[in-house]
Amino acid sequence: MNLISIEHIAKIYDVGSEEVHALRDVSLTIEKNEYVAIMGPSGSGKSTLMNILGCLDTPSKGSYIFNGISVGDMDDNDLAKIRNKEIGFVFQTFNLLPRSDALHNVELPLIYAGMNSYERKERAREALAKVGLSDRVTHKPNELSGGQRQRVAIARALVTSPSIILADEPTGNLDTKTGEDIMALFSELHSTGNTIILVTHEEYIAEHAARIIRIRDGMIERDEYVEKRIIPSSNNHSLQ
Amino acid sequence: MGNFLFELKEGLLISLRAIRANKIRSILTTLGIVIGIAAVVLMSTAVTGIDQSFQKGVSSLGSDNLYIDKWAWFNNDIPWWQMRNRRNLNMEEYERFKDLVKLPVAVAPSIWTNQTIKKGETSIEFMMVTGTTNEYLRTTNLNFNQGRFFNEIESKGARSVVVLGSEINKQLFPFGSAVGEEIELKGNKFKVVGVLEEQGSFVMGSFNPDNQVFVPIDAVFKFFQNESFRSITINVRAPNSQLVEDVKQEAIGAMRQVRGLKYYEADDFSINQQEGLLSEINKTIGVIQIAGFVITGLSLFVGAIGIMNIMFVSVKERTKEIGIRKAIGAKRRTILSQFLAESAIICLIGGVMGFFVAFLGTRIIEQYDFPVSLQYDAVVLAFVVSLLTGLISGFAPAYSAAKMDPVEALRYE
Ligand SMILES: Nc1ncnc2c1ncn2[C@@H]1O[C@H](COP(=O)(O)OP(=O)(O)O)[C@@H](O)[C@H]1O
Ligand SMILES: [Mg+2]
Repeated sequence: MNLISIEHIAKIYDVGSEEVHALRDVSLTIEKNEYVAIMGPSGSGKSTLMNILGCLDTPSKGSYIFNGISVGDMDDNDLAKIRNKEIGFVFQTFNLLPRSDALHNVELPLIYAGMNSYERKERAREALAKVGLSDRVTHKPNELSGGQRQRVAIARALVTSPSIILADEPTGNLDTKTGEDIMALFSELHSTGNTIILVTHEEYIAEHAARIIRIRDGMIERDEYVEKRIIPSSNNHSLQ
Repeated sequence: MGNFLFELKEGLLISLRAIRANKIRSILTTLGIVIGIAAVVLMSTAVTGIDQSFQKGVSSLGSDNLYIDKWAWFNNDIPWWQMRNRRNLNMEEYERFKDLVKLPVAVAPSIWTNQTIKKGETSIEFMMVTGTTNEYLRTTNLNFNQGRFFNEIESKGARSVVVLGSEINKQLFPFGSAVGEEIELKGNKFKVVGVLEEQGSFVMGSFNPDNQVFVPIDAVFKFFQNESFRSITINVRAPNSQLVEDVKQEAIGAMRQVRGLKYYEADDFSINQQEGLLSEINKTIGVIQIAGFVITGLSLFVGAIGIMNIMFVSVKERTKEIGIRKAIGAKRRTILSQFLAESAIICLIGGVMGFFVAFLGTRIIEQYDFPVSLQYDAVVLAFVVSLLTGLISGFAPAYSAAKMDPVEALRYE
């Protein structure tokens, strides 16, 4: 069964007098354990598509089946539950709570899931260990480098063991070297069974994925498997 | 339910973090509530204090007492001019009345006059002098600090003897005992035979026995004013409160007989009771209460507006945070309860502080002999009012946070 199946999705924004068609008639399916890159120039609708896939936003038209359930029939509470349990977001600007330390940032989704304090702290520590930040647990975001912040964000995305990780330009605010480390981390997460959708406008970043969906002006231009995937060699735990 | 408690607990923890992160702002916001709660609590203690003081003052009159007077103390039926045209009550009528009634424990006449009292260099002007007979003591609940009331011989003989109220005693004889000493009333020497125990009623003013002196009624006529100058009052004490009504009926009959009224003629005197005074006082207290709560309520309202304002600012400023929380699974009601908890906590902290300010305030006010009474229910009042203020003023901001669109919130810079 497909993990994600969208059909004839459109997203139209009303901006005063005119309408902006951020997405026009997009259909695609994604299976479990895929590593997909959504590629396209700025303003092509990548983020809009990702927000819809992540149940943060709802399409103006079309249907979305997630894990066999129709997302269009869900109310606000159900969507929040799906985001909490099934989806892990990673953003370009990290989006951590600035005044909370790494541990609290990572345990936050578990608080919303209703897990008790002891268990969630345990799990948050595990997730931070997975991204190589065991020694930065009590650091606040402003005490961490960009790459470390993104790792905290990835740990937060991982901590609920979601069905899918959605990353919107995760390397956009990082230097090349740090970006590569983060991409290595994604490759590793994919190899350990996670499903990943990566949004980027950089060809080089997209080539880490197994499949690239190219969009332009809110439409899918091409959808193909990558012949020569970039497999990062390094063990990212040593690079921080 | 368990889930709700969990969310409440986590909501409280999250809001405590937020409050700690914005210390200065939280303190300033709290200040408005501190003032509001302090005002509300102080007002309630003052109203309770005044009320208790009134009740005490009135009950010192005794609930078993009737006062036959030319004037009705509280009357809406008989026009003022009609009462003015009534005959004055005089001593002769008192004597005849006294012989006619059988039920009362005691009957005593009384008359009031304002005089200057002097002891050495100290003098008090416009002090209230009550003229009465030895019977008077049995119509009241007064007790003695020193000495005694004047006796029948002194009373009948219009002797120059005086009983001092505690406050007067304090002023004239700050050191040492007054009994046996002499004071001057309108240039006449009077011997002090007794000093009353303190009544301690703030509201009775010069009617408070503390601020009066008592002399034989005939001495008043002898030294201060002509007997026909003013109407006397006849104090009548019933054996117990059940018999007050019977005593009243008997008194009306006896007075009509004394006055020689025909059956078709209306009473040309009034029978007054503590009850009338009480209901009048309760009306006044009610007005004070309402006025007090409107005024203090206003200051609390201003505080609440401050909280609402700051919560709106806080929500706006934390738009991105709200977006993040929503993206990782916070429900609307989770966000709502987080912000509600935050404003409730700020207000509760303000409430606790306000209560302590009020507590100190009552201590200070007490120094000035103003009656205040800080009751345990003031704690509950402060707690409930501040909690409600927090929830009510926090609701609109919290709701606006809860219904934010996550995508737009995340875009906010
Ligand atoms: N809230 C919005 N209101 C109006 N237009 C929007 C809004 N969000 C996105 N758009 C428009 O939709 C188009 C696609 O945006 P987006 O999905 O962010 O593109 P990308 O992520 O590929 O750069 C752009 O033209 C953008 O201006
Ligand atoms: Mg984008």
